[in-house]
Amino acid sequence: MEFLSTLGNTSLSTLRDVAPIVAVLLFFQVVVLRRRLPNLRRIVRGFIYVLIGLTLFLIGLEQALFPIGETMAKQLTAVSATASNEVRWDDYLLVYAFAAAIGFATTVAEPALISVSMKAEEVSGGSLKARGLRIAVAVGVAIGVSLGCFRIVTGTPLPWYIIAAYVIVILQTFRSARSIVPLAYDSGGVTTSTVTVPVVAALGLGLASSVPGRSPLIDGFGLIAFASVFPIMSVLGYAMIASWRARRREPGRTDSPRS
Amino acid sequence: MGKFLRNLAKGIMGAVRDLAPIILVIAFFQIVVLQQPFPNLGGVLVGLACVIAGLTLFIQGLESGLFPLGEEIAQEFAAKGSLPALIAFAFCLGFGTTVAEPALIAVAAEAADVASEAGAILDSESARSEYAFNLRMVVAVSVGAAIVIGVVRIIKGWPIHWLIIGGYLAVTLMTPFAPEEIVGVAYDSGGVTTSTITVPLVAALGIGLSMAIKGRNPMIDGFGLIAFASLTPLVFVLAYGMILS
Repeated sequence: MEFLSTLGNTSLSTLRDVAPIVAVLLFFQVVVLRRRLPNLRRIVRGFIYVLIGLTLFLIGLEQALFPIGETMAKQLTAVSATASNEVRWDDYLLVYAFAAAIGFATTVAEPALISVSMKAEEVSGGSLKARGLRIAVAVGVAIGVSLGCFRIVTGTPLPWYIIAAYVIVILQTFRSARSIVPLAYDSGGVTTSTVTVPVVAALGLGLASSVPGRSPLIDGFGLIAFASVFPIMSVLGYAMIASWRARRREPGRTDSPRS
Repeated sequence: MGKFLRNLAKGIMGAVRDLAPIILVIAFFQIVVLQQPFPNLGGVLVGLACVIAGLTLFIQGLESGLFPLGEEIAQEFAAKGSLPALIAFAFCLGFGTTVAEPALIAVAAEAADVASEAGAILDSESARSEYAFNLRMVVAVSVGAAIVIGVVRIIKGWPIHWLIIGGYLAVTLMTPFAPEEIVGVAYDSGGVTTSTITVPLVAALGIGLSMAIKGRNPMIDGFGLIAFASLTPLVFVLAYGMILS
């Protein structure tokens, strides 16, 4: 019975999410473009698959993962809080480890990221692998969320971190191949979606309310910002390593002194 | 039928592989670190089955529905050749998909609590809901603007990094002047705007446009719409905070 009501609620909210998209598409299709799309039946069928799939996905997450993930975030942050009022950043090592692990794992399962990396593999003609890209993004989220937890524990200002991250991204941009830059910038926005945001937000709130001297209202924000800047760095870094390795493998262009 | 089953099995295996890290991480921390049994194990297994089935279906639908839809619409706009119509479409798509986004509604409500706690707005129900509503509108308009900027960039072939670096610069310069309580909200707002259905559609739109316009490369010009959609909210929300104070 409870399952049925979750099913109803989730499909309703998915429909509500999709309604504005469908309305905009229909309006422009009918009023402005005034042409029937080719493959309309296939597209409609695919759209219905997406709706049912997303609904099932969300129901399953709510049933299986979110409750445990959220309880876990609360328990881990509570275990780490010591009796003394003095906050020591290294009392929370377990929290940083959990943040990195869960950040990585939720990002690998993020449907929005799966879709963009599939497109990237297709557009690059297979020279960029969807899996490699997703792992690069997930490593970025892991580092970002973990560092974000460190920031909450130490209470240092959020803008310093983010602006420093921007500086690194800008420096990397000028050292990277032009073809990877737009994709890397995109990867920052796609990581924080259905799976990652609820778990990471619960972690931030749990941490900010258990660390003495932090307020969940002020310090609880910011983890999502970390999770959306650091993947840009890791994707640019991944591309640099990949091109460096390709150059080394390529005969005749080795950097060895023999000439 | 054999081919269908093989594809299905391949899809399910892919979904299992995508979800394996989450299952491993949660099981490890639950059993080894916290040393607790799983609450309601049956429910968890049913939920996992739903997640796997859902992800398999979603990816199927992505390839036959959302990607072709975005690309074909992009091609039709390119064929029609009306820039105002394309810009109107881009704005409506960005605004429409963001304004009702549940993650944004939640963040806006929390932000209103923060603002009333900090004394930036009156501590009343109506003041808080007005603040949350305005914030949502600001973010939705900013995403609409982002898609417009991104589409114009694809048409003109501007290099993306100057625009993004300009955005970073704006954020850096505005942060010290914005009220402290809005900074955290602003920085997070960029991440919550891009939902799971919007992302593939917008990505396909960009790639479709860059393929339809002569002289554009989908790798260099096609990506980047989502990047704008996650940067402009920061600038707009910081500006909103500065205007209010």
